[in-house]
Amino acid sequence: MGDMNQQMLEKYRNNFLHEVEEKVDDGHWVKMCMQCGVCAGSCTFGPDWEHTPQKIFMMIRAGKREEVLSSHSMWLCTSCYNCMVRCPRKLPITHIMHGLASYAHRLNLAPKNQPTRDFSLIFWDNCTRTGRVNELRMTISVYFREGFVSGIKKMWTLRNIGRGLFFAKRLNPMELFVNHGCKDKDGLRRALKKADEIEARRRGYAVQPRGYST
Amino acid sequence: MTEVVATNQTILVVGGGISGMTAAIEAAECGKQVVLVEKSPTLGGRTALLYRYFPKLCHPACGLEINLRRIKTSRSIRVFTLAEVSAISGKRGDYSATVKIAPRYVNEHCTACGACADAVAAEVPNPFNYGMDKMKAAYLPHAMAYPQRYVLDASIIGTADADKARASCKYGAIDLEMREETIEVKAGAVIWATGWQPYDAAKIQPYGYDRFTNVITSLEFERLADPHGPTGGRILRPSDGKEAKNIAFIQCAGSRDENHLRHCSRICCMASLKHTQYVKEAWGADGRSTVYYIDIRAIDRFEDFYQKVRKDPTVTFLKSKVAKVTQDKSGDVILHGVDTEGYHRYANAHDMAVLAIGMQPSVAGADIPAEVIADSSGFIESSAAESGLFGAGCATNALDVNRAVQSSTAAALRAIQVINKTARAEA
Repeated sequence: MGDMNQQMLEKYRNNFLHEVEEKVDDGHWVKMCMQCGVCAGSCTFGPDWEHTPQKIFMMIRAGKREEVLSSHSMWLCTSCYNCMVRCPRKLPITHIMHGLASYAHRLNLAPKNQPTRDFSLIFWDNCTRTGRVNELRMTISVYFREGFVSGIKKMWTLRNIGRGLFFAKRLNPMELFVNHGCKDKDGLRRALKKADEIEARRRGYAVQPRGYST
Repeated sequence: MTEVVATNQTILVVGGGISGMTAAIEAAECGKQVVLVEKSPTLGGRTALLYRYFPKLCHPACGLEINLRRIKTSRSIRVFTLAEVSAISGKRGDYSATVKIAPRYVNEHCTACGACADAVAAEVPNPFNYGMDKMKAAYLPHAMAYPQRYVLDASIIGTADADKARASCKYGAIDLEMREETIEVKAGAVIWATGWQPYDAAKIQPYGYDRFTNVITSLEFERLADPHGPTGGRILRPSDGKEAKNIAFIQCAGSRDENHLRHCSRICCMASLKHTQYVKEAWGADGRSTVYYIDIRAIDRFEDFYQKVRKDPTVTFLKSKVAKVTQDKSGDVILHGVDTEGYHRYANAHDMAVLAIGMQPSVAGADIPAEVIADSSGFIESSAAESGLFGAGCATNALDVNRAVQSSTAAALRAIQVINKTARAEA
């Protein structure tokens, strides 16, 4: 009897929910969801994505690890915070979605070539290198991430905006050659590395570099 | 000057709704002296404004009539209407309450003939229909009003209308010289039965109660169905008076929401289930009720009623908390959201939407002029140690009429014990 109990327990023990609670930022809130559906109904992106927050939370509880972590949904979140201000249980929904995205990326389960994911990584790369964002280089990296021809096409489509930015002195072509940055670049990198180590220790992650290029 | 004989063996009951009336009657019928103080011009409170009770769909008039009769025949209850308790001092067995009595401008000679209402031209919003229609500024609050005595609205005092009203009265009942008075009432114990008020629906921004005329609260719907209501009992939507046959009921409007009311208001599910039966009563098989809910909380024996409504072909249940309401040019309201059973996105049009509005205490715990222990929603949780002040009815929790009456009887028993001890100590 005891053995069977244990087996049934094992069957119902939801390891993925525990994993989310332990490893994902604000993951301990997931169990508070009462499935009312206000987040899903309030989402500005609502009709366009596969898994609404309501659905993601239910999938976590149902132990659907692969589907959740490889979902595009967390990456589509625009951080408008509509769900979060309306949630009757005050779940930090936006933050949980970001936490899940970050965790999926860390495990390398996040969808490949997801534009938001790529953009985030390029941005991180670009700004941590010198402590300042080099907008010209970043734009070019984003445009050309799908190859040379598509990059040229994108630049052509947005040429007028580029020209406008140039004349408004918001876009400096010299940035292509000269990188500006903060004063103590090494210090910045050390601080980021330390922060990474602390986070990894706290959550039990393996320390790993984060950039797009890596 | 209003005279009141009250001693430290009197029980002061604050609030003249079904709870306060019950507590006062129970105490009086046990031989205690009671002073009953009510803020509005009539007893009966919110119960008098209901069309039907759940689950038997009987009329509140019946129970109210019995209670009013018990009050009329009791020699031990002194009723003050238009009166508010502004301060309470003293201790268990020896309280003194300051009661402010607003002028009614009509004295005890009134026969409720209605001549003054005919004479007066000015109209004011009718609070007994939640402002959905207007009434004459000389008015009887409602058919069941006790005392059966007219009231002059303070806004016409000093105008020609007031003089017309006085001239029209054959009985000399209109007294324009009445002023607010303040009296002190002694009491050995106090029963606090100030009841509840609906949560401010306009604060639930996505439902647009303040923007859309066809989004109304469950209390307003109750008046729409009532023959004494603004439409004479016909369920017509406010924007264009069209017969509202396809009605959405939105549950948990304000309740169970950390942004609004933390607690479950307990009665709203049953109220909406009852409302679906009003729709059916009015329109028969043409009626369409859709209940949007998180979960239906038909407490204890009411489950039977829920099962009955579930089987009703005119009622649809949709498990979803509505995310947003809009209103189109035709006046139809459109409910947006995602349902929990299958995650289907919907945008459903209805003639009218009814918000099952949450209950909050009329007087929040912190505003009660005596020491009480209140919960985070402002309901009285319990009396302070060594206190002779007891909460009753909806001042203590979100309750239906049945449970409010039980709670009031309990409060009356506690108050009686205090009085008995006081009396023994003095004997």
